Amino acid sequence: MIYDNQQISLTKEHWFAACSVEDAVINGGVCVKHGNEQIALFYFTRRNEWYATQNLCPHKKQMALSRGMLGSKNEEPKVACPFHKKTFSLVTGQCLSGDECDIKTYPVKVENGTVFIKVDTKEP
Amino acid sequence: MKVVVIGNGMVGQKFCEKLLSKSISNLQLTVFGEETLAAYDRVHLSSYFAGKTVDDLTLQPVKWYEENGIDLRLGDPVQDIDRDKKTVTSFDGLTLTYDYLIFATGSAAFVPPIPGVDKHGVFVYRTIEDLNMIWRHAPVTKTAVVIGGGLLGLEAAKACLDLGIKDTHVIEFAPRLMPRQIDEAGSEILIQKLKDLNITTHTGKNTAAILGNEKISGMIFTDGSILSTDMLIISAGIKPRDELARACGLTVGPRGGIVVNDSMLTSDENIYAIGECALHNSMVYGLVAPGYEMAEVTATRLAGSEKEFPGFDMSTKLKLIGVDVASFGDPFIAGEEAKTIVFRDNHQGIYKRINFSNDGKELLGGVLVGDADAYNMLLQICKNKMALPPDPMDLIIKGKEGKSDAGAGVVALPDDALICSCEGVTKLDICNAVTESGCETVDAIKKCTKAATGCGGCAPMVKDIMVHTMKQQGKMVRNVLCEHFDYSRQELYDLIKMKDLHSFDTVLDELGKGDGCETCRPAISSLIASLWNELIVKKENATSQDTNDRFLANIQKGGTYSVVPRIPGGEITPDKLLVIAQVAKKYNLYTKITGGQRIDMFGAHVSDLPLIWEELIEAGFESGHAYGKALRTVKSCVGSTWCRFGLHDSVSYAIRVEERYRGLRAPHKIKSAVSGCIRECAEAQSKDFGIIATEKGWNLYVCGNGGSKPQHALLLATDLDSDTCIKYIDRFLMFYIKTADPLTRTATWLNKMEGGIDYLRNVVVHDSLGIADELEKEMQTLVDNYQCEWKAAIENPEIRKRFNHFVNAPQEKDPTVQFDTFRGQKKAAEWNKPIAVS
Repeated sequence: MIYDNQQISLTKEHWFAACSVEDAVINGGVCVKHGNEQIALFYFTRRNEWYATQNLCPHKKQMALSRGMLGSKNEEPKVACPFHKKTFSLVTGQCLSGDECDIKTYPVKVENGTVFIKVDTKEP
Repeated sequence: MKVVVIGNGMVGQKFCEKLLSKSISNLQLTVFGEETLAAYDRVHLSSYFAGKTVDDLTLQPVKWYEENGIDLRLGDPVQDIDRDKKTVTSFDGLTLTYDYLIFATGSAAFVPPIPGVDKHGVFVYRTIEDLNMIWRHAPVTKTAVVIGGGLLGLEAAKACLDLGIKDTHVIEFAPRLMPRQIDEAGSEILIQKLKDLNITTHTGKNTAAILGNEKISGMIFTDGSILSTDMLIISAGIKPRDELARACGLTVGPRGGIVVNDSMLTSDENIYAIGECALHNSMVYGLVAPGYEMAEVTATRLAGSEKEFPGFDMSTKLKLIGVDVASFGDPFIAGEEAKTIVFRDNHQGIYKRINFSNDGKELLGGVLVGDADAYNMLLQICKNKMALPPDPMDLIIKGKEGKSDAGAGVVALPDDALICSCEGVTKLDICNAVTESGCETVDAIKKCTKAATGCGGCAPMVKDIMVHTMKQQGKMVRNVLCEHFDYSRQELYDLIKMKDLHSFDTVLDELGKGDGCETCRPAISSLIASLWNELIVKKENATSQDTNDRFLANIQKGGTYSVVPRIPGGEITPDKLLVIAQVAKKYNLYTKITGGQRIDMFGAHVSDLPLIWEELIEAGFESGHAYGKALRTVKSCVGSTWCRFGLHDSVSYAIRVEERYRGLRAPHKIKSAVSGCIRECAEAQSKDFGIIATEKGWNLYVCGNGGSKPQHALLLATDLDSDTCIKYIDRFLMFYIKTADPLTRTATWLNKMEGGIDYLRNVVVHDSLGIADELEKEMQTLVDNYQCEWKAAIENPEIRKRFNHFVNAPQEKDPTVQFDTFRGQKKAAEWNKPIAVS
């Protein structure tokens, strides 16, 4: 396992190693700790795609999206919060349940069996 | 693509909406309207007199057309069409070319050629302008007459009442009111209801002439009688507006109407006609729903796809002057072809008639006046040729146990019933979302009304109401799971079984499309569990379970979980109580006795769950499945071992029942109870299945529930011995599992079942479908395959690994979880509390 304290670079925007591919859950999410930030990392195995969003569901402010269910709405990949089934686009972060609450998304890449997430600022 | 629409009525406007939704590139849409107002709701025209404004009735404001790039030209009717050059020229002199031309010219009121119809005080009832003229005339009117006792005529009579005209008459040429929809007896009831409102009906009357000089003073009929009046509204039917089509040489019917084929194409391949101006299969449809369907067909074809108009069922249900009137199928069939049952209550003003085939198997049609609650169910039975109960009379007679509610369910709810208590949405709001906003999916209704966007608990009910409302409008509804599966749950059950599928992905590959969603994933997972009873947290299926099933615990406010070990029948030893107390103390859990006679421990961190269960299983507990759509508890009273009234040992029987069905996955949760005597201390009659001891054995009750709409269970069978009772429960539960919609409790399932409890009893007790053996075998397989999920989970390191909050810091708990202190225990922090950052 590779943890986030193994920094790759020191630039302002940077990729940090979140976990190994084996740690990810098939067609589901895991929660990644990045300093005080909680990031939901999704391995949409069915589509062979990786996504990352904030873990906080903005509806009732619950740290829950990583435990949410993946799906699609007209081809657009989405996650449903386990609390009240609010759904969010994994691509844009837009709330698809008709609410005005979008979530933050993060770029993800996989290299040599390690999953990297790109964040704005380096961990303090 | 240049599209020109002639006519801005309800169907013309709906066509614009539908065409826009097809996202056709380079679309140039021009609409010519004769009236100066943008399309308005003609169906509810009468409400204009009851206080609604033009704005209320307007379907979309002029701004909407602008925003969507539609060139709307009101008050500028098309005058000329050149089909060779493909141009239209308007009254104002504008000439436009088109690729496709759409006639949505609607209809005009049919005015019979009676001498004197041009007199002052004679009106038709068609447009808001007509209504304005009637309104201006009303103050000088003491007596009003409406010619035409059909749907619109009665609406017009109602309008006269609303305008404060004391003396109103309805003249109908046929021997009865609403001759197309109802029969003589139904008409009599309706006439009586009108009389109570001071509306006098004259049937079998033919107007000879209208009397008066310039202004109407009365009418003379062919039988020589005379009626004095100051106002006449003619509502004797409609006449398709086909004069423009005629002028440019399109084929029209002998009695009017632009002839169209199943694609809504006229005799010119670039010209379509939709709505009341179209003549399809020698039929002009005077209802809005078929018109909308024609709009959909045309829009779809312009977008390059195939779609045909199959004709439309004219069954209708409406409220006329406060009276329910409905007719379906063939309302009049009689004689040698059919048998008829009639129910008539002159006192309450109720008339019901059903016609069915001579062999008593098929419902052919019927009429309902005064009480049309059974309409939806009857229409479904009729359309789908569903089996009739042994005594078809039961379909229309209320009051017998279990029958009055058959099929009613949501229909029986009053309009003001609060469906979504989170957002304060009533049944009427949801109905309106369907009828007025055109919502045809639960998602659309959520957007429109906000219903089911809070806790979501009302979603199944919202769907039922939506489905019922759509049926009322004559729209087709197919009960499919979601956008990924074109099958109902029941169909999927059979298909998954037949194809021997064991994971969500294989089911999706074989039977669905796309990537699944929060609706189909749990539903399919539940089906797979109900079919095979394999470990629910198997690797490939784990993430398709609802979060509660995925973590084998109930997620609670704040993101912690609750833990409920099984305590069969509510019986527990002091030693086991001690274990629960020790575990709760060790992991700092809030404890509470549940309504199902067990103990719930709240506030467990996800990473503590396997540790907690390790200790509980060590002490002999097993999963209570409180997190699953599964059997929850079998509650019991103490029974004959201690109670001086007890007839049998209810605790032992409750334990036997609970251990038999533990872990059983179903469309929704299942609760049960066993009472040792008729005092019913275990409240068995409020459960999905409840058992009450009698002198001779057990009485079995089914399909009760508490919940948002409490309902008592109904007696299924009496004085059963213990084994037979189990046998019947096996059959009952399997039948429910195989046929219910997702997230449907047994009570709702029964409410929607045609034939109600009698039908269910026939299936379960009398084996009328010949499936009892199969049901019992299937249940036995599930019972044999039972294993404690938590035991399997803690013994498997791969599964245990999933119970960490952070994948990259497995030893850390979620630092944002917060508790408050409350009466000496902890409680979850309130919703939306700001996240504390350490």
